[in-house]
Amino acid sequence: MNNITDERFTDGKPNLRRFHQARWDEPVIFELGQPGQRGILVPEVDEGIKSQVGNPLKEIPDSLLRKNQPQLPEISQPAVVRHYVHLSQETLGVDCNIDVGQGTCTMKYSPKVNDQLARMVEMTELHPLQDESTVQGILEVFWRFEQILKEISGLDRFTLQPGAGSAAIYTNASIIRAYHASRGEIDKRDEIITTIFSHPSDAACAKVAGFKVITLYPDEDGYPDIEALSAAISERTAGLLITNPEDTGIYNPRIAEFTKLVHVAGGLCSYDQANANGILGVTRAREAGFDLCHFNLHKTFSTPHGCGGPAVGATGVTKELIPFLPVPLVDFDGSNYFLNYDLPNSIGKIRPFYGVAQAVLKAYAWVMALGAEGLREVAEIAVLNNNYLLHKILSIRGASAPYAKGKRRIEQVRYSWEKLYEETGVHSDELGIRAADFGVHYWTSHHPYVVPEPCTLEPTESYSKEELDEYAAIIENVANEAYSNPDLVKNAPYNSTVHTINNHPLDDPQQWCITWRAYKRKTQQVTA
Amino acid sequence: MRIGLIVNPVAGLGGRVGLKGSDGADIQQRAVELGAIPCATDRAIETLKYLLPLKTDLAILTYPGSMGEIAARRAGFLPFVLGQILFDHTTAEDTKRAVKELMNKDLSLLLFTGGDGTARDIYAAGGSEIPTLGIPAGVKIHSAVYAIHPRAAGELAMAYLREETELNLAEVMDIDEEEFRKGRVSPKLYGFLKVPYLQRFVQGAKAASPQLSSSALKGIADDLFVRMSPGTIYIFGPGSSTYVIAKHLGMEKNLLGVDAYLDGRVIASDANESALLELLFNYPTAEIIVTPIGGQGCIFGRGNQQISPAVIRKVGETRFRIVSTPEKLQALKGQPLWVDTGDYTLDKMLCGYYPIITGYKEYVMYKVTS
Repeated sequence: MNNITDERFTDGKPNLRRFHQARWDEPVIFELGQPGQRGILVPEVDEGIKSQVGNPLKEIPDSLLRKNQPQLPEISQPAVVRHYVHLSQETLGVDCNIDVGQGTCTMKYSPKVNDQLARMVEMTELHPLQDESTVQGILEVFWRFEQILKEISGLDRFTLQPGAGSAAIYTNASIIRAYHASRGEIDKRDEIITTIFSHPSDAACAKVAGFKVITLYPDEDGYPDIEALSAAISERTAGLLITNPEDTGIYNPRIAEFTKLVHVAGGLCSYDQANANGILGVTRAREAGFDLCHFNLHKTFSTPHGCGGPAVGATGVTKELIPFLPVPLVDFDGSNYFLNYDLPNSIGKIRPFYGVAQAVLKAYAWVMALGAEGLREVAEIAVLNNNYLLHKILSIRGASAPYAKGKRRIEQVRYSWEKLYEETGVHSDELGIRAADFGVHYWTSHHPYVVPEPCTLEPTESYSKEELDEYAAIIENVANEAYSNPDLVKNAPYNSTVHTINNHPLDDPQQWCITWRAYKRKTQQVTA
Repeated sequence: MRIGLIVNPVAGLGGRVGLKGSDGADIQQRAVELGAIPCATDRAIETLKYLLPLKTDLAILTYPGSMGEIAARRAGFLPFVLGQILFDHTTAEDTKRAVKELMNKDLSLLLFTGGDGTARDIYAAGGSEIPTLGIPAGVKIHSAVYAIHPRAAGELAMAYLREETELNLAEVMDIDEEEFRKGRVSPKLYGFLKVPYLQRFVQGAKAASPQLSSSALKGIADDLFVRMSPGTIYIFGPGSSTYVIAKHLGMEKNLLGVDAYLDGRVIASDANESALLELLFNYPTAEIIVTPIGGQGCIFGRGNQQISPAVIRKVGETRFRIVSTPEKLQALKGQPLWVDTGDYTLDKMLCGYYPIITGYKEYVMYKVTS
């Protein structure tokens, strides 16, 4: 057998790179610098100005003035630059590797020109409290992008206010609650139905909104069980929150029957379209019978996804539910764009203001560059890429794709390495860690692991055949290592910034230190 | 740190030669005649090798020769050897004696190699006090006290010794081998052992903190609490889940028995069928709370025969609630729950979909078959 590291692809790249990640042993920024160091020396106020303005701090009430100086790092500009460059070199991300391994996140390439648009001074100097007359341009972008989302989904109005997918699902759950409350039925209708392979936020957000949650497991063929749905539906059903295709990449072909059954019982149907990248321009929420839906602009619409935001969970509803949307909506009276607060049954605000303007602008630019045909092409290539990768991965020893055997998947697949684990003792997450030694990674699955030893890959439309071949070759190599030398895989990584860490404390909030202040307080408690 | 090691050298003998078990000297003799090769020691070695990084801090206490000494030495340890055995023939009594001797030795963990019969012996001699973990080697593994294979046992033991796991109560089950050889499977619940439980974590920001089974059980207890009504009898079936749930509700519970409660107080402890029927005669409004047997999915007819067809009919065929941690359901890998009460008509009536309580305000609509 040829040595895989010696082989090269047709594009000239090595089959397996001799990757090694940067390792700077970088401290936390609070540990850097010295007292008295400064990044910027702010000039003294000119005497002329001082004499005219006086001391503006005197106008601030004592109760609002802080008693102590903020404990900020004292550090020079070049040290700050080096610090963050070091950190950036210690990560894997969409701009430095074939990022198909973060399934369900739609890690597509986001054109840099759209970042440039968002960085224009006309955007960076905007403030959401400006008078409407001074922000007509960005309001127009909001309004126009809403028209695009209405066309893509078939629904009648959208809000761009929710700051992420979960915020959008929570918005939808709150609208369902408000709708039933307006009909005097909320005390009776307190159950939301979802499926185990819908995004876990569907269950979680429904619960936060005060509902009981009934989860459906797949039937023998791997599709959401329609008999279980029929059993779950009752006069207590408030709604259905469901992802389609599910996180397995399987499209529920009976989705219209699902929505019909729920409607007959008086419930509403909300479509979590976090997995929309493979169905853009192919299917629509309205035709599938949904009353509400949401898209993640930070996934499907390339704004991009990562580092926890800024994001937008664009939330759409049918005409009947418009009165319940969060305020304000962006409206157009034929000559001016304005913020419309006139929604008497509104659920209120999900977050301040009316949406992350930079994300909306990037999404608008992305769609306008593609056009309607381009959007459909995105979906077609994403599906093609995914099924090509499916074929490649299933040819690797120990891999399988549970459920819906022999059927094609939409935009992602939740694979299982159960056979490989049984034969080698190597877990799926250990394979993913070993893959990091070759400059890529993959993600396993949400908890709970319903698919044993899971791994979720989503190639999107961004990657070429050669890149997918390269990724599959890395995974195949790691799987082969598991069979020939399992300890090599179990003790990985060797080329990464840090070795594996003990995740156990993540389950203990007492040990969490999400700020420097908390870290100091908790570690001092321990040493005391 | 001290761990105990008990190898049942005859465990698994009957399996590969098709005898469906290894209980009893006659069967073991026949197995050897049929060419069975002992595998228990090799399996223990496979597990122990995972613990070699702790070698300098770890003392292994074990029994002589094939009951652990050989495995420990071959794995690379220098064990402390207790007791005496006949080298060519060990019995269940040797296992029980070893457990009793090891019990007072301040063990962090007791590892044992065997099958359901061995797990029964360990429980019978030592009860549920010592943290214990089974290395599977036996023909019959219905008990939940075993890791899924020796390597997994090594990983679990290592994680536990590094204080990275919690302990869960897990079922000791066995079936009657004679019945099994005749094609009838009738598992019985014998008790519970405290077993390390490893929740695997996932790297990456999208992995929510996994819900530990203990918090799920508390959620189930809270859900039941808000549904409970004064004057209603609540009949709790056996099992570690119902045991912990009852504890959360402030009620004493027998692990193996069926208990009944009225207004938060025990009204019948470890009740049999006739006691339950008598109770239901006096208090006709009742509900049954049951949990599936781990790994099998039986809800009526295995380990809880006290809740007989007559009791179920008296309570009402729809007046029962199934409780389960999400992990327990996932371990069924999509297989439906099932009933086998011995009453064909009742079994058919009980089939269908039921909302299983998996947490506070959380349910899974799941299929029950007969």
